[in-house]
Amino acid sequence: MASTIRAMTATEIRIRESRVDRIFNLVNYTILTVFLIVVLYPLIYVVSASFSDGSAVISGRVVLWPVDFSLLAYEKIFQYESIWTGYANSLFYAVVGTSVNIVLTLFAAYSLSRQDMYGRKIIMGFFVFTMFFNGGLIPTYLLVKDLGMLNTRAAMIIPQALSVWNLIIAIAYFRSAIPGELLEAARLDGCNDFQYFFRILMPLSTPIIAVLTLFYAINHWNQFFTALIYLSDKALFPLQLILRDILIQSQVDMNMMEDLQSMAAKEAMRELLKYALIVVASVPVLIIYPFVQKYFVRGIMLGAVKG
Amino acid sequence: MSTATTAIKAKTGASSPSRRRGNAWRQIKRSWQLYVFLALPVAWLLVFMYYPMYGAQIAFRDFLPGRTILGSEWVGLTHFIRFFNSPMFERLLSNTIGLSVYSLLVGFPIPILIALSLNQLRTGIFKRSVQMISYAPYFISTVVMVGLILQFLDLRRGPINLLLQWLGIDTVHFMGIADMFPDIYVWSGVWQNSGFNTVIYLAALSTIDPALHEAALVDGANRLQRIWHIDVPGIMPITLTLLILNMGQLLNVGFEKAFLLQNPLNLKTSEVISTYVYKVGLVGGVANFSYAAAIGLFNSVLGLLLLLAANQISKKFSETSLF
Repeated sequence: MASTIRAMTATEIRIRESRVDRIFNLVNYTILTVFLIVVLYPLIYVVSASFSDGSAVISGRVVLWPVDFSLLAYEKIFQYESIWTGYANSLFYAVVGTSVNIVLTLFAAYSLSRQDMYGRKIIMGFFVFTMFFNGGLIPTYLLVKDLGMLNTRAAMIIPQALSVWNLIIAIAYFRSAIPGELLEAARLDGCNDFQYFFRILMPLSTPIIAVLTLFYAINHWNQFFTALIYLSDKALFPLQLILRDILIQSQVDMNMMEDLQSMAAKEAMRELLKYALIVVASVPVLIIYPFVQKYFVRGIMLGAVKG
Repeated sequence: MSTATTAIKAKTGASSPSRRRGNAWRQIKRSWQLYVFLALPVAWLLVFMYYPMYGAQIAFRDFLPGRTILGSEWVGLTHFIRFFNSPMFERLLSNTIGLSVYSLLVGFPIPILIALSLNQLRTGIFKRSVQMISYAPYFISTVVMVGLILQFLDLRRGPINLLLQWLGIDTVHFMGIADMFPDIYVWSGVWQNSGFNTVIYLAALSTIDPALHEAALVDGANRLQRIWHIDVPGIMPITLTLLILNMGQLLNVGFEKAFLLQNPLNLKTSEVISTYVYKVGLVGGVANFSYAAAIGLFNSVLGLLLLLAANQISKKFSETSLF
């Protein structure tokens, strides 16, 4: 019976696919295709330009694919020392910073996800309030300064040790994905709150740890402002600060240009370097991105549950 | 456990409020390990989030480096009044609000439209490609994003001006025209974030009961009618929630992008509150901490009020509210 009804609706759908719907589909596909091209084209252009010859780029001969294929820009970047110091520093901040983030977030999320904890709502309120109001840049800067963290690696990690938004996502995960009976059963077996966290909750938390790692790591990798205000020693600069000098202020290390004779060749190389650098800087994020996309989507959805 | 309760009972008598306090104490004692987990996060919260709120009082004092906060002279609203009377006040406020409102008007509806449109596609390679490719720009850092904008809009070597040249049209010095700054800021943001912002709406759309669509089909509704009468109401609560949150952010034009896009030619339209606070407080010879903190505090308080107002309005006209 049920199957006949379903079969009927299926045929009906085909019958009722009206003229309006066909026009709608056409328009819909057209709009999305245009949107796709608008997003994709600049990305392709950058990659193609970075693999082209400098003079082809600055004379506008690169349209879609690389013209006069060349790896020169990448060779230059490979020899560019400050870029690699920045890369190493960014990697350090991302790895250490994210580890600290994960520990603090999971600790706080575990306690705050427990309905039976006295004062949970008030403490949660204190966390959430900071999403909507904060002391501001100057008092925070003065605090970091008074703590003696100015111009140290700690300044890139400790003031950002926790994000309340990610905390909310983790709490939502513990509430929705871990059945409450698990705690009761563990309790009956004489498990205390420490043991429950480390032996039962953590092994079940791989998905949320993945989500948090990605959110935090990308945030650290892309971080620019913190470094700008807290760091002045070039040896500590993350990649983003180095990128800013080259991409935005056009300050290219002149040693890189030694072998080039004419002004035009230097200029072409400078532009070429920028395109290649954009690719190199985005590669770590864009490589892991397709693999982790589903986790990101999941994280956003968890966040949306709580609003 | 029971000895603790009796001890409290003995001390305070057995009236009902103290009994409740007794229960609370017992509850805390039983789950003390949970508070151990919370200790580090809460300590961090107090130091790095709440202490700066306490420190924000330098906005009402004449704070100089080397002095303590309480050791600085109390000057009341002097810094605020100076800011309200300065020629920068109006410019900063109109730039900041102008950029946010423009961003909201353009950037808020576009992801909704794309999500509704994507939702009409059957799951397949085209749908997946649109999603995957349109999410990608979101992960580009602000520095790289601004680098991209500058490359594309460059007067002599940018592809856009090269195209204009090729077409025989006069080239445009995009970054040098102050009036073009808001367009550049907002539309590059649309390019970067629209795709990713569809995620949340697509998630909401996936929770709509398919039976509603089947029933509407039987009644002869076409696709547009089904979008309007089923999909749009279905995502309304999350849309309103996001709208309230966005209203609360109206004064928080992100520092990074505005700062990195700034140049002497567009400063008239590109200087926003956050970049100005940074310049007044942390750049230049004279450290004007108190004045900068006052501007920052004004910004935070106004932002909070906006959020509360938006929340109140939403509560009144719909059932959606944050708190």
